Amino acid sequence: MTSALDESDKEKTRSVSVDLNNDASLLIDIPDALCERDKVKFTVHTKTTLSAFQKPEFSVPRQHEDFIWLHDTLVETEDYAGLIIPPAPPKPDFESPREKMHKLGEGEATMTKEEYNKMKQELEAEYLAVFKKTVQVHEIFLQRLSSHAILSKDRNFQIFLEYDQDLSVRRKNAKEMFGGFFKNMVKTADEVIISGIKEVDDFFEQEKTFLLDYYSKIKDSTAKAEKMTRSHKNVADDYIHISATLNTLSADDSTKVEGRVASDQELKLTELLRYYMRDIQAAKDLLYRRARALADYEHSNKALDKARLKSKDVPQAEEHQQQCLQKFDKLSESGKRELTSFKGRRVVAFRKNLIEMAELEIKHAKNNVTLLQGCIDLLKSN
Amino acid sequence: AQETQLFSLVPAVRNPQKSSDLPVSSSSTSLPMFRNKTFSVRRRFSDFLGLYEKMSVKSSLHGCVIPPPPEKSVMGMTKVKVGKDDPSSAEFLERRRAALERYLQRVVCHPLLLQDPDVREFLEKEELPRAVNTQALSGAGFLKMINKASDAVNKMTIKMNESDTWFEDKLQEVESEEQQLRKLHAVVDSLVNHRKELCGNTAVFAKSMAMLGNSEDNTALSRALSQLAEVEDKMEQLHQEQAASDFFIFAELLADYIRLLGAVRGCFDQRMRAWQRWQEAQSTLQKKREAEAKLLWANKPDKLQQAKEEITEWEAKVTQYERDFDRIGVTVRKEVLRFEEEKAKDFKGQIVKYLESMLQSQQRLIKFWEAFLPEAKAIA
Repeated sequence: MTSALDESDKEKTRSVSVDLNNDASLLIDIPDALCERDKVKFTVHTKTTLSAFQKPEFSVPRQHEDFIWLHDTLVETEDYAGLIIPPAPPKPDFESPREKMHKLGEGEATMTKEEYNKMKQELEAEYLAVFKKTVQVHEIFLQRLSSHAILSKDRNFQIFLEYDQDLSVRRKNAKEMFGGFFKNMVKTADEVIISGIKEVDDFFEQEKTFLLDYYSKIKDSTAKAEKMTRSHKNVADDYIHISATLNTLSADDSTKVEGRVASDQELKLTELLRYYMRDIQAAKDLLYRRARALADYEHSNKALDKARLKSKDVPQAEEHQQQCLQKFDKLSESGKRELTSFKGRRVVAFRKNLIEMAELEIKHAKNNVTLLQGCIDLLKSN
Repeated sequence: AQETQLFSLVPAVRNPQKSSDLPVSSSSTSLPMFRNKTFSVRRRFSDFLGLYEKMSVKSSLHGCVIPPPPEKSVMGMTKVKVGKDDPSSAEFLERRRAALERYLQRVVCHPLLLQDPDVREFLEKEELPRAVNTQALSGAGFLKMINKASDAVNKMTIKMNESDTWFEDKLQEVESEEQQLRKLHAVVDSLVNHRKELCGNTAVFAKSMAMLGNSEDNTALSRALSQLAEVEDKMEQLHQEQAASDFFIFAELLADYIRLLGAVRGCFDQRMRAWQRWQEAQSTLQKKREAEAKLLWANKPDKLQQAKEEITEWEAKVTQYERDFDRIGVTVRKEVLRFEEEKAKDFKGQIVKYLESMLQSQQRLIKFWEAFLPEAKAIA
């Protein structure tokens, strides 16, 4: 299957992560997707030189739920407890443009044909933007996995890429989903506990403080950025109505300027913040798992002491303690690695995104200046 | 001739230091009919309304498009009187000041009104007696007043048969234009509110960015995020100024013209009433003639004399009213054309001003982001 978007195009749209999909041994992309009512069907395309796969190149259709299944199985895999599992892509949300489209349909009688067409165009663009965004976010999830030394070898990941039948049999049934939800609830309660655990390692102590603080700040920034972007969109919509009405009055038809300004650049920043908020949540999850392991280790120590006192079941207690220690050490080691690389990744991504955003702002503003100057000159010359 | 008059009298309105004081109307002029070249007087808001009242009842100005005075906003004024020192009352004062100024500028722009002694008195005289009879204006508002009068005209039983469709067509044009402006004004109003919202959200976002920058442990990224917060602060400032522009240049222009178009409709109504008066006089004359005929039959010589006198009186009235009607028709035509010219100029001027403010805003935006770019590139 041939790729619909060329690489440079995709490079530009990919703003939350860098250095992905560079390893030719396993290349993944989502060249196209179909939107059927509420469901989005993604075409996952893989090119590989690895022998683990049956063919060198293949494509499979996947739904959003399949991605969630893959994410959750990875999270639940004990062996990956010391890794930052890439955050699951959010569910495709066409609610906003759909609602607006509905409102537009209702209000069709009250506006001129031209105004209606302009609004419709804007909405279609918004719809397309949401669509592109969801494809991108699903793609990045897979590419994060393929770029990870350990996760790329996961059996379930390979099944996800290769299995040409419907995955729904393997997907969570309702009961399991409930279990996952419940687990999440317990986790939050435990968070209170882990902040209380005495940290033995300076690195992790610092990381914990940093991540907890940073998470709350970035969550706040994401929400505020979203609000700001929405306000800007409202202003842009008003300008469409104004220019349409001015056209009817045939006084002037030049005020389309602010239309496109809003969406692009602020959306980029909002998306970046949102992505890293989720990523940091994933990092926090790692810390949690490690803290859990530490707690388990401490409990096993206490149990061993008790066993020694009573001179009962000492070997079991010793073995259990050893296991806990091993698990904890393994988590700490890989955790340190993961968190350090995460830091670097984050900084690089922010840099790229901020540069792109600034450049876009400048580009749009320059366009507006030209447009405005043209209108002013036209009016003054009449 | 129009051009020179524009610059020969320039009125301005200043807000006083204390909110309890009266606004000041200052004018500078080169016209010989005024005593001084520049002069300032204190005027109450009701004085402005009173000026309109005086002009609107003059028969010499019948058919003229007399600029309507600004609306009296009860709520806004109460807030100011209570002494609230918040930005919304400052905004209200500025809005009123600008509206009063535009009102005077339109008045002196009109060749006939400039000559009017009441106008001169308003601009020049030290103390003016308190204006009375401004209830209609301050209470229900200008447009309600016009619409009430319109309804009365429309209820008349005898419909005019226009030989010249110019008046009918023009009135329809005016009415449809008023509708369009109303619609546009509603959207611009929405724009102003949305932009104010954007202002607030940008400020909040900027603070959040600053906090995030503080939390960031990578030094260069931390600095960049703080810089971003500063840029967003500057953006908030830009949005603030743009919102003022949206309002004072665009929204107020539309609001003014919605009311001016109401005034134009008022002229058409005046012409109708002149016609009605003429028709009523004609029918009265007819009745008098019939009465005279009856008296001739009944042979009452003294009553007959009186009847003849009344007939003469009403014949004169009929002639007078017919002449008035013709004259007002001519005035209305001239006025509408003059108004349309003014309107086109006004709109063009204001829209250019609006676009220029947007242009400046965008140019400043470019500077802000160009200053930020190296900071972003410096992240390592």
